Amino acid sequence: MRNVLLISRRELAAYLRTMSGYIIIAVMLFIDGLLFNAFAVPGAAKKSSEILADFFTLTSGITMIGSIFLSMRLIAEERQTGTISLLYSSPIHDLEIVLGKFLASLGFLSLFFLSTLYMPLLVAAYGKVALGHIAAGYAGLLLVGASGMAIGTFGSALTRSQVIAAVLSGVMVLALTTCWLLGKVTDRPLTDVVTSLAWWGHFDPFRSGLVHVKHVTYFVLVTFLALFAATRVLEARRWR
Amino acid sequence: MITVDGLTKYYGERAAIRDLHFTIQKGEVIGFLGLNGAGKSTTLKVLGCVLLPTSGHVTIDGFDVMKDPHEIRKRIGFLPDTPPLYDEMTVEGYLTFVCELRGVSGDLVASRVTEVMKKTALSDRRDDVISSLSHGYRQRVGVAQAMVHKPDLLILDEPTSGLDPVQIKEMRELIRDLKGEHTVLVSSHILTEISQICDRYLVIQNGEIIAQGTEEQLATQLGGGTAGVVIEVELVGHTQQAVDQVKALAGVKDVTVTRLEGASSTLRIEAEGEVRPAVVKALVAAGAGVLKVDRTAARLENIFLKLTHGKEAA
Repeated sequence: MRNVLLISRRELAAYLRTMSGYIIIAVMLFIDGLLFNAFAVPGAAKKSSEILADFFTLTSGITMIGSIFLSMRLIAEERQTGTISLLYSSPIHDLEIVLGKFLASLGFLSLFFLSTLYMPLLVAAYGKVALGHIAAGYAGLLLVGASGMAIGTFGSALTRSQVIAAVLSGVMVLALTTCWLLGKVTDRPLTDVVTSLAWWGHFDPFRSGLVHVKHVTYFVLVTFLALFAATRVLEARRWR
Repeated sequence: MITVDGLTKYYGERAAIRDLHFTIQKGEVIGFLGLNGAGKSTTLKVLGCVLLPTSGHVTIDGFDVMKDPHEIRKRIGFLPDTPPLYDEMTVEGYLTFVCELRGVSGDLVASRVTEVMKKTALSDRRDDVISSLSHGYRQRVGVAQAMVHKPDLLILDEPTSGLDPVQIKEMRELIRDLKGEHTVLVSSHILTEISQICDRYLVIQNGEIIAQGTEEQLATQLGGGTAGVVIEVELVGHTQQAVDQVKALAGVKDVTVTRLEGASSTLRIEAEGEVRPAVVKALVAAGAGVLKVDRTAARLENIFLKLTHGKEAA
């Protein structure tokens, strides 16, 4: 755990000391604010809880896309600059490297979540929303962010190019977003399987303020599998 | 300290190193010589536990690189051909991070970092961001990270690469100071650097060790007990008379004027055996002023070239 925290601390400091992370978060915030104003707020007959649900829907999409860009450098940059040799020649496990980087990226993404709080607080100030609704929504966003960051970490482990890492992660996220379409051309039980793989279906209850174990399990499982795969890739690279 | 037995590493279908066998004793400073692509970096990466071997056995301090890589990693310091530096960190912050990463206990970290910065002459740059450092300082930070946890074995891949002559001299002195405190395995293309700091040499070509031993042993392996000697002489005045006098000496095979600027010139003398006293006498007799007589520098280069060319011809 000491090594995980050590790597995580350095990685988080790298996010905070360089401009790229801030720029990505600023762009995410700008787009989120625009979309909130354009799509979530309008409609006089809209209830506060509906506005909040729309806010979480929009923010979840931005979180997933932003995660790809925030995580693309995590391991690819280490290989690009040669610093991976430092980690490989130190007495630490590959899993510790992956977990340290993942936690740092998730910590940095939390800055984005904190910066979006003004939107639900505005809704709460001018309407009536349950705090539990906000808490559940943000729990869902954190799970979406964790899955996105884990997929991004895996994509970043596959290549030394950050651009290619972003493309690979983007393809994986796109596959998890659109796999329900396959359900239209398949029969049961395959239809149920491919439909249940789509991440936004599992986020839906969170946006309405509901937390279900099965949906939490889905995001935890995606995160675990992606981090496991990233660890295996790092291990395999020592053989090449 | 290090035993390498049948070490082989393939990249896909291509063997980067094949069936290497060598041992290194504790406290030795070993020079690892080889042309580009000979397999030096791959070998050092395997010893540094960065890469795993395809086959063969490597043990360091009795620990196997495949079975106990963590134990080995605690005992080694590795400087790859490109120093593994995080540009956004300060020198002190980076060395502290590496020290902690290598498992040094918290209460010792600060003193180790201070000590290594003093040794590598980085103390006055401790607060500088690494991205702002010159190439020479970056290389020093690279060496500092390799030795900050006081490892038994230091593996330095091309530590003098890209440095200017002053920086090379400083790096050479730094490595020389490590002698006795660490076992050092150092690779370099600049053979004159190797010749002045190493006890023994491993010569690798096309992924195979083609010779190993001291400078004298390598010369003997070439046959005839000598690799030939190249002497460089800087003198002032009477260049032609000096050339004629030296050419007439027994043991001198060839004399070439490599530089002629006014009265000042440089001669390259190829000879067999120790002819320097006779050369100096001949130069003085010719009326030339002798500024410099240097043999050692070119000797290892000569051996290296003969070894690698001989192997290629075979």
